[in-house]
Amino acid sequence: MTKPAIRLRGLRKSFGLNEVLSGIDLDANEGEVVSILGSSGSGKSTMLRCINLLETPSAGEVWIGDEMIELTTDKAGRSKPTDAGKVQKIRERVGMVFQSFNLWSHKTVLENVMEAPIHVLGRPKAEVREEALALLDKVGIAAKRDAYPAHLSGGQQQRAAIARSLAMHPDVLLFDEPTSALDPELVGEVLRVMRSLADEGRTMLVVTHEMGFARDVSTRVVFLHQGQIDCQGAPDDLFTGGGSERFQRFAAPS
Amino acid sequence: MDTPGFFELMSFGPEGWAPALLRAAMMTLAIAATGYVIGSTLGAFLAWGKVSGGRVIRGFAETYTTVLRGIPDLLVIYLFYFGGSLLLTKIMRGLGGEGFFDLPGFAAGSIAIGVVSAAQHTEVFRGAYRAVTPGEIEAAVAMGMARPTLFRRIILPLTARHALPGMGNVWQITLKESALVSVTGVVELVRQAQIGAGSTRQPFYFFFASAVLFLVITWISGLVLNRAERHFSRGLER
Repeated sequence: MTKPAIRLRGLRKSFGLNEVLSGIDLDANEGEVVSILGSSGSGKSTMLRCINLLETPSAGEVWIGDEMIELTTDKAGRSKPTDAGKVQKIRERVGMVFQSFNLWSHKTVLENVMEAPIHVLGRPKAEVREEALALLDKVGIAAKRDAYPAHLSGGQQQRAAIARSLAMHPDVLLFDEPTSALDPELVGEVLRVMRSLADEGRTMLVVTHEMGFARDVSTRVVFLHQGQIDCQGAPDDLFTGGGSERFQRFAAPS
Repeated sequence: MDTPGFFELMSFGPEGWAPALLRAAMMTLAIAATGYVIGSTLGAFLAWGKVSGGRVIRGFAETYTTVLRGIPDLLVIYLFYFGGSLLLTKIMRGLGGEGFFDLPGFAAGSIAIGVVSAAQHTEVFRGAYRAVTPGEIEAAVAMGMARPTLFRRIILPLTARHALPGMGNVWQITLKESALVSVTGVVELVRQAQIGAGSTRQPFYFFFASAVLFLVITWISGLVLNRAERHFSRGLER
């Protein structure tokens, strides 16, 4: 159970002169659920996006399993992955759930879930379809399979997006503030799905503002401040006064 | 001798001009369609250049649309008709030909119309691409989708949805613009109406008839476009 799923070493990211990540070291082992907390602008989303290379790190190492993404510098001095094909392969193994769902609006829910397994992995359609139906059932929106995203509630869209990620059989799931765009009454249904995934032993990195989820579901909490890890640890420790003073202030119920 | 009435003139009978007018309508359609295909293809490349080209390509696309939208279309047609013939003659002489070589009015006309509509298409496509939610593209990238698949499966259908209303507009404009090609002597609807009007001294009948034929073409193409729009806007909130 202690095989590392994701390792970050000295991860840095700057946008122009603005350094958003100033050297992050992070390990997430297989089966771990890591909640990443921090106030806005602390770099937590950027860190997550560096893992599947939606953002290219300026420096540092990103390891997915035992593969490292090698970076090089282009003519303009910008950092970029050495091997774009390898990045694509890695993205197939790293699922991502976005704050704004990002379902493909011209496809039905079922088509959304089936798209990537068929057109990225090249798997047979019938088999993918069966699996997709089972996934929709699992996230509780089987009845909506032929609906278009625009006709679903935010909570249903996010559950469909989770099913879409799961259809790729990812080694790791990244959640980028998955409940932040939802009406309060819809947050629960998405968190329930995420909790059930955690119970299955999936490796998850979750950027969130949901303190309840961080405390009750995650195996580890990482608190970011100004592009660095301020403190981290088991939720039981951190939420009972074990973290930094800054974290205590952050986590205190206002 | 009686002067023939409207319906006699527009009939398929011995005095009738119906066959000639229908042929001319087909010519109008052919010019417009050819120009439209040229224009949308060229426009797609120009839009691509504007969206993701380097500074040189972007500058070229920018200049192209500014110039082509700023000069009268008639001028562009003359340019291709006379300029094209001169160029063709030069080339043919270079290959050992003699005399003057005419670029056919059909070719010059549809290229000219295509070049003009390319500028309009560019703006339509670029605006449509801009209207695609970046997150939908990012979601595909994040799943490891390769560039060509991403373009074909996600970007193209999503762009088409936003582009179709504008493309329908450009088609109507192109269709009407094809009337200008009559200056090159191609017998399309307007030219045929002029000929008919001249030889029967019934200008009203003939221009009215060609107007009706134009309307029929726009009406039918409107139906087709509506269908296409419905197809591509499936899943949009109504």
